[in-house]
Amino acid sequence: MYYLKLIWTFFRIGILNEMAYRVNFYVQFLQSLLSLGTAIAGLAIVFSHTDTLGGWQAVDILALLGVFMFVGGVIGMVINPSMSQLMDDVRRGIFDYTLTKPCDAQFLASISQIRVWRLTDILLGAGVLIAALIYRGLDIGPREVLAFAFVLCTGGSIIYSFWLMLATLTFWFLRIENILHIFQSMYEAGRWPIGIYPHWLRYILTFLVPVAFAITVPAEALSGRLTPESMITSGLLCALLIAVSRWFWKRGLKNYSGASA
Amino acid sequence: MKHYTTIYWAFFKTSLLEQFQYRAAMAIWMIGRILEPIIYLTVWTTVAHARGGSVGSYTPADFAAYYIVLMIVNQFTFSWIMHIYDFRIRQGELSNFLLKPIHPIHGDIAENIAYKVLTAVIIFPTAILLFFLFEPNLAFHIQTFAVFLLALGIAFLMRFFIEWTLALIAFWTTRNEAINQMYFTLGLFLSGRIAPIDLLPGAIHTLADALPFRWAIAFPVELMLGRLSQEQILNGFTMQAIWLLAGFFTIQLIWRLGIKKYSAVGS
Repeated sequence: MYYLKLIWTFFRIGILNEMAYRVNFYVQFLQSLLSLGTAIAGLAIVFSHTDTLGGWQAVDILALLGVFMFVGGVIGMVINPSMSQLMDDVRRGIFDYTLTKPCDAQFLASISQIRVWRLTDILLGAGVLIAALIYRGLDIGPREVLAFAFVLCTGGSIIYSFWLMLATLTFWFLRIENILHIFQSMYEAGRWPIGIYPHWLRYILTFLVPVAFAITVPAEALSGRLTPESMITSGLLCALLIAVSRWFWKRGLKNYSGASA
Repeated sequence: MKHYTTIYWAFFKTSLLEQFQYRAAMAIWMIGRILEPIIYLTVWTTVAHARGGSVGSYTPADFAAYYIVLMIVNQFTFSWIMHIYDFRIRQGELSNFLLKPIHPIHGDIAENIAYKVLTAVIIFPTAILLFFLFEPNLAFHIQTFAVFLLALGIAFLMRFFIEWTLALIAFWTTRNEAINQMYFTLGLFLSGRIAPIDLLPGAIHTLADALPFRWAIAFPVELMLGRLSQEQILNGFTMQAIWLLAGFFTIQLIWRLGIKKYSAVGS
């Protein structure tokens, strides 16, 4: 409960900060619409030459696009800005202030920056997803929805833990803010089902940069192709990564000595 | 002329040393430009297999050749100038450039060439690796290659002029993100990155013919692949020449207007 209240507080601060730059909202909205339009036009071109792509119908790929935008919006709203801020704070020694607060430092660092305008991506993504489901005639039952919610949460946690581990490296190496960009570049590959990629790339996108679990697997749950194995793998990997990233974070903290003192 | 070679050489050397400091970051920023062609190569290969072997006149091996060459052409012709100019103007950094007794575009061109020389160390091994992974259908003829290099050179200058002109819009807007994204989106479709132009619907062809994107990227790529007739090649070079000149003259004009508008912020 306490944590929820904190999240809400940071969210409100995010809104207050952004209210000063209202034009940014229109810019962000325009950019979100443009990237949605681009993605749909790209799909239209590909599907003007074929009916299925690696066994996926156009409408299933549309649902996948919805998940892609939704998860991308969450990353862009909280995870990426907070982790960048963390790396910046550690470099400049301001991280001391986070440590002295009477709350878990990992939690505080993970929600310290909230870019509220990125909500546009989250809402548009959800909209696309729902539109795709309605177009398909809402042919899914509560089991699929539950499975979807489960793998979306585990996939999201996998992404978060992965991102946290990258950011934690900053306790050892100070100037590595570019490392976050690796993920941003690889994320683009998630617009298409991971299954179509060659083996080596699929392996990278599943285990090295776990885009597959955040986007393809949840989209699979909605189109009835989720296997119990990938559901279990997603759950196990999620638990494992949360534990490992937590451990890694503690190790990193021990290494932190402030910068200004 | 001698004068310019000395200046370019000096700019080139400083940029080379400067950028070498950031080699890790440089490699990381290249991931996207390497991955994008691989993504679309995979998508189109999958479509080709689903249709029993080819899409239009492209087999999977043709797609592989197309996208590997495209990756190289895009790498050598792209510039990042549109993403930094609004910053330069907003922060008043431009004042430093104005003090130098030479047009600032020369420094930018030399810097861009230095970057291309440095990143060649990454892009060529990557291309060779992709060559073995995707087995492209690409024959090498020395004459085609010579003409390709010419087209690539013009494409580089032409794209640089156009993007430099667009970057200068920041004199009036101070923030260019929306314009940049629009340009990027158009380029994605019209320069042949999402799909070879032949595979786009007919209505887009006219647009692609008229705008510069196609002539900066798809044209050199198709030329290298030997997919163009003599007539198409001539037409391509004509369009390149037109856009090169158009870019050249617009720069003079917009630079003169913009510089009057500019007033440095800060001390």
